[in-house]
Parts: sequence; structure tokens; C-alpha cells
Amino acid sequence: MKKQAKFGVGIGVIVAAMGFLAWLGYGESKTYYHTIAELETLKGSSLSQRMRIGGTVAPGSIRHLTGRIDFVLEGEGKTLPVSYIGTDPLPDTFVDKSQALVEGRPGPEGRFVAELVQAKCASKYEAAPGGKGSATPSPTEKSVM
Amino acid sequence: MDVFGSFALVLAFVCAVYAFGGGIAAIITRHPLLIKSTRQAGMATCCLIFLATFSLEYLFFSDNFSIAYVVSHSNRDLSTFYKIAALWSGQEGSLLFWSFLLAIYVFSVLITYRNKNGELMPYVGVVMAGVQIFFLMLNNFVASPFKALAAPGADGVMNYVARADGNGLTPLLQYPEMVIHPPNLYSGYTGFTIPFAFALGALLARYPGEKWIHLTRKWTMIAWTFQSMGILLGAHWAYAVLGWGGYWGWDPVENASFLPWLTGTAFLHSVMMQEKRGMMKVWNVWLVFITFLLCILGTFLTRSGVVSSVHAFAQSSIGTWFVAFLSLIILVCFGAYLKNRDYLKSENQLDSIISRESSFLFNNLILLVSCIAILSGTLFPVFSEWITGDRISVGAPFFNKVNIPIGLLLLFLTGVGPLLAWRKTSTDSLKRNFGWPLAIGLAAGAIGFALGFRQFYSWICLVLCIFVASTIGMEFYRGAKVIGARSGASLVASALELTMRNTRRYGGYIVHMGMVFVFIGLAGAAFNRDIQKDMRQGDTLQIGPYTLVLQGFDTKPEKNYTAQRLLVEVLQNNKPTMMLYPEKRRFSTTEENGTMVAIRSTLQEDLYVVYAGTSPDTQLPVLHAYLNPLVKWIWFGGVVVVFGTLVALLPNRRAVLVLAGAEQPAAAARPMAHGLAPTVTLREGHD
Repeated sequence: MKKQAKFGVGIGVIVAAMGFLAWLGYGESKTYYHTIAELETLKGSSLSQRMRIGGTVAPGSIRHLTGRIDFVLEGEGKTLPVSYIGTDPLPDTFVDKSQALVEGRPGPEGRFVAELVQAKCASKYEAAPGGKGSATPSPTEKSVM
Repeated sequence: MDVFGSFALVLAFVCAVYAFGGGIAAIITRHPLLIKSTRQAGMATCCLIFLATFSLEYLFFSDNFSIAYVVSHSNRDLSTFYKIAALWSGQEGSLLFWSFLLAIYVFSVLITYRNKNGELMPYVGVVMAGVQIFFLMLNNFVASPFKALAAPGADGVMNYVARADGNGLTPLLQYPEMVIHPPNLYSGYTGFTIPFAFALGALLARYPGEKWIHLTRKWTMIAWTFQSMGILLGAHWAYAVLGWGGYWGWDPVENASFLPWLTGTAFLHSVMMQEKRGMMKVWNVWLVFITFLLCILGTFLTRSGVVSSVHAFAQSSIGTWFVAFLSLIILVCFGAYLKNRDYLKSENQLDSIISRESSFLFNNLILLVSCIAILSGTLFPVFSEWITGDRISVGAPFFNKVNIPIGLLLLFLTGVGPLLAWRKTSTDSLKRNFGWPLAIGLAAGAIGFALGFRQFYSWICLVLCIFVASTIGMEFYRGAKVIGARSGASLVASALELTMRNTRRYGGYIVHMGMVFVFIGLAGAAFNRDIQKDMRQGDTLQIGPYTLVLQGFDTKPEKNYTAQRLLVEVLQNNKPTMMLYPEKRRFSTTEENGTMVAIRSTLQEDLYVVYAGTSPDTQLPVLHAYLNPLVKWIWFGGVVVVFGTLVALLPNRRAVLVLAGAEQPAAAARPMAHGLAPTVTLREGHD
């Protein structure tokens, strides 16, 4: 019994330590997902959370400015102006009409300040067959990130 | 050819259903002819899947642009190499490829054991057929890769149409690694079906003894090796192609591939407890079940996009199918376990906290903790939405905080575990086995600290790496010395002889050594640096000992894309060293861009140079340079791991009784000999 207690303590210490570290990491990196439409309904403290928003890049909206890149995300009939202030170059897949995920916080005047921009991830990438002329719609279209 | 392919798939489905239903009937009636016919139906299923896969490849090679899948993933100018890879570049093809690889495994199993293990094989065949039925259902009814393009004609009737050319393969996938990474990873995912089928089959059949473990060892190791290679190749692809200077981002799809690797690794270790001491039987069976479930979950996460997408559950209809299949497997596993759990009674108990058993136990525990942490982090958005209604994700800090200490603990056990004796280890043997390695490790740590090494985790990692490497080195040295003294051969020849005599044990050490190299590489990440600058021709950029000089630009038209290159001269300590050519590629068919990173890789560090685009302010090209120490060790370690696994798969060179004789002085000094009679079975080379 004594031996089993020893094992129990060892296991308990490891699990507790990992749980504590996980909790620290969670607090540091939790990010809320919202749609563009939901963003308008957010109030108070939930507006200062770190969040991630997805949408389609409005054609012709990408503008390179000093120190930032502005563009407009579209989704569910709503639009969201975004300023990207990160230092990393934008991914090659980030072009007009591409699906993009932006991560950051809402800024002044309804403009979203993004520190991170992702566009279509390769492993889930599917060229929509309708991309060039028309083709049969395929269920794969939906697996685009 | 598309009709041929879909017909083959339908037939394969029918055969699999027969192999499954007939198999169950065969188990009940034990009719030899029925057993034989279901086995042959299983083989026929596999052959039909092969035919379907080849016919899809044929459609790619014959540029048949009347097939939707070919249009979406290929074009005429695509090189042969990538036309093969186009097979698994989309949803439908990937799922067919899954069936294809599974069919290779199933076929090999059926043919290898066609006249052996008569009591067990019908059960194994039924489980394998069950898994095949699921994937063939997807191939046939949910995501058929053979769908033809059709458009309504003037009269409103749907007509087949053919395109002049296809949309081409995604540029991100047009890299050599993308041709070898998915087959490796998928071979890992599919390969774990075999140990699963044996574990579940043995449990259902109440198959006596540990034979199923001996039978599945090599299959598990093959799957594990593919999974390891798949993960590392994926990391290397991310590193060389995505251009962000890193190789691992805790992306859901990356995590998905890592989860079964963790439980598979735990299983490979804990089976030794069952083989030697008859312990952990329940645990082992469940580890196999969980590994297989995680493989299916991984495929599901990759294919359905359930986690990374912004929107809620079931992005594609495929998700529902996978959830149903996962639930069904869990039900079957639980049912089988509850019905036959008395068959899994343990024969022994843990004796001491400092013993081989307990080191395996802790190894398993922390691998599982890591697995649970990564799994919950990956699925956090899904669960948080269920519970709170908010979709919340966690990022790299969460995963790193938990997994770095776990990795270091695991590294420590890598060094300690193999040298602890079964049951109980004496203080004497601890001193003898760990005295020198510990001293060497700490000495290296002290030197590192004196030289200004201040990153806590990296410093621990350095000490542990050297400690573990020394324990492994000492094992080889000691064994080789004994053999050398007898045969008079050189130390190297003796070490080789030693390895060949007990491939499982020394192959295992080589795998551990490979992991040490991987850890050395990972530790380097704490010292990564990067700098970005708009470059005029002739401008210089300084990073570490390197000076980068932009000599010019050029444009290179290729068959499928146009490359814009920066010509960068690299000076190391002001001496001209080499030229690097970071590229931007513009793909003509898709009008998409790709990046080609230029890397100067040495064991000491990688100079990683990216053409990051054109600066919007100055209209000048932007050069982004990273200095990543020790990265090459990761890839090198991966090669060593694979090599070690291959060694461990080789049969031992000589009857091991001879080895027992040769090693007797060393073995006798260890307490492990007590209470465990050195019988033939014990020294079969399974340590």
C-alpha cells in the first residue's frame, strides 16, 4: 500500500504541475472566435478580449500604408475594416477574395487592429471548382479554412 | 476509366461487406470454407481498391479534364512528380488514398498469416473489414473522386462537359516534401489499424497469452516509423515553404498528427511490461484502442476543418460520418472490454519506485498527459462553444508551457529507464550506471553556464541531452568491450556485432539517440533571431556573423510558374561564403504566389532568408533573414530515429543464448537476475 501511495504522490505532483502550467498558458493565449456580425453586438469588457475573426477579403480593398496594411473583410453581408500592424509579411495566399482569419483586438472607430493574419491553410486548401468559370459545386468547397 | 474506377470501388465495398458479414458467420460456425472465402474476399477488396486508385492516377496522367477532381487539382503543365501527388491533394482523393494505404496493410496481413493463427485471424479480418467498410462508404457515397463535370444544356438536360485545362495544383503543395509527407503520415494513420485489429480481435476471441503483442510489434513499429517521418517531413515542409522561420506552430492539423504518435510511443514502451512481467494488460489494450481512435480523429480534423474554421461544427458533411464512426468504435471497444475484462487480469504488481516498470509507468503517464493537454487544447474551441457558447481557442503559449517540461521529463526517462533493472534497482547499480553520465552532463552544464548560457529550459535540455547520450554511449561501450575481449575484434566491429545480436535493444538505443538529437535541435529555438529590411541594390544586412549583400534581381520563367529571385551574397565574418537565391513564384494557372526560402544549413545554425515581398512605402524588395541555431539536428535526429527503428526490426543475428553467455558477467552483477530466472524466453532479445 505504501508503494502505491508513493506512486500516487508522484503521479499527483506531475498532473497538478501540468494542470497549473496549462492554466497559465490558457490565460495567456485564449482567443475568442467571433463572426463579423457578432462583433457589432459585443459590449463592455468583451470588446477588449483578444479575438479571431474570419471573412473574405473584399476585392480591391487591400491598401499598403506606412507601417500598416488596411483591408476590408466581408462575411454574412457585413463588412469590417481591418488594419494589420504585425511585422511579419502577409502570406502569399492573402489576395482579393481569399478567405482570411485575423487575430487581434477591436480598435477605435469600428476598425479592427490585427496582429496576425492567416489566409487559407495549405493542408485544408481546396481550390473551389467554381473558381474558373462554372463547374459542379462540390462539397469540398466547404473545407476551405 | 472513371466508370471503371467507380465500379471497382462499388465492388470493393460489396467484397468488404462480405468479408465482414461472412467473417462473423465464420467465427460462429467455424466452417473452414467460410473462413477461407472471407479471407479471400478481404484480399479482393484490397485489389479492387488498388485498381480504383490506379484508375484515378490514370485520369490525372491522361489529363482527363472531364473529371471534377482532376480539374481541381491538376493541369496539363503539371510535372509527373506532382501528378502523382495530386491524388492526395484534395478531400476525395485523400480519402481514397487512405483506403489504398489501408488496403496495402490489410493485404499484407492477410497474406502473411494466411496459414497461421487460425483461431485469431477471422476476428482480425472482421475488424479490418469493418474499418474498410467505413472508408469505402465515404469513397463511394460521400466523397467520390470520380464525379464527372456536367452542365445543363440548352434543353435543360445535364450533359457531360470537359475542360481544356485544369485549375492546377495549389502552389503550396508544389514542393518535393509535399509528395512524400502525406504518404508517410497517412501510412502512419492507417498502419495503426493493424495493431488495433489484433488487439480487438484478441480481446473478442479471448486469445490466450501475449501472442497478439508479439504478432503486432513489427506492424506497430512500421506505423510508428511512418508517423514519425510524416510529422518531421511536415515540420520540414512548414519550415522550408511557409517562410515564417519556424517548423511547428501547434496548428490543429499538426497536433492531430502528433496525438497518435504520443500514444503509439507509449504503447511501444508499455508492451514490454506485458511481455516481461504480465502487467498493464488493460492499459495496453486501451492504448491501442485510443491510438486508433486518435488516428481516425486526426483524419477527421484534417479533412473536416472542424477546428480551424471560424464557424461551428460539421463544415462538410464528412464530419458527421466521422463522428458516427468514432462513436461506434468507442462503443465496440467498451463492449468488448466489459464482456472480456477478466481475460486481462494482471499477473504482477509494481515492486519499487526505482525500477524499469515504474520508469515505463511514468513514461506512459507523461506521454498521456501531453496527449490530453494537446487534445484538449486542439478541441478547446469545439468544447468551449458547447459549454459557454463562446468559441475560444488557445495558442502556442498554452501548448509550450505544458509540453516543454513534459518533453524534458521524457528526455530524462529516456536516459534513465533502459538502465534500471526490472523489479528493483540497487543503489550500487545506480552509481555504476549513472555516475559518469551524470558527471559528464553536469560538467557540460557548468561549462555552458560559464560561457553565458542563461536560457533555463535550454540549459536543462543541454545537460539532459549530454547525460542521455553518455548513458547510451556507455551501454554500447560496455557491451562492445565484452565482445571485443572474447573475439579480439575492434571496438567498432564489436559494437556492430553487439547491435546485430540484440537488434531490439540496441536499435532502441539508436532511436533514443535520435531523439536526443531532435531535442538538441529543439533547444536551439530559444536563441532564434530575425531581422527585416527594405533592400536597395548593394545594400547590406547584418545578422550574427553573416553580412547579406543584395547583388541584384532576376526573373526566371519556368514551365508552371515564373520565379522572381533576389541574388544575395553571403559574407561570413566579412569573407565571401556563398550566394543565396530567395524566390517569389507566380503560378500562371492559379494566379497565386508561392515563396521559396533560401537556407544555408549547418549543424551549428541555419541562415534562413526570405524574399518577403515588396515594401509598400519604398517599393523596394523586403529581405527577411532569420538565424536559427541547431535546427539541422532535428532533421538529422529524425533520420537516426528511422534508422534505429529499422535496426530494431531486423532479426537477431545469432541465437541469443550465446549473448546471454557473453553478457553474463555484467548481467549477473545486476539485481535484475534475481528472482527472474534467465530463461530462454526472458533473454529472447526483448529487453
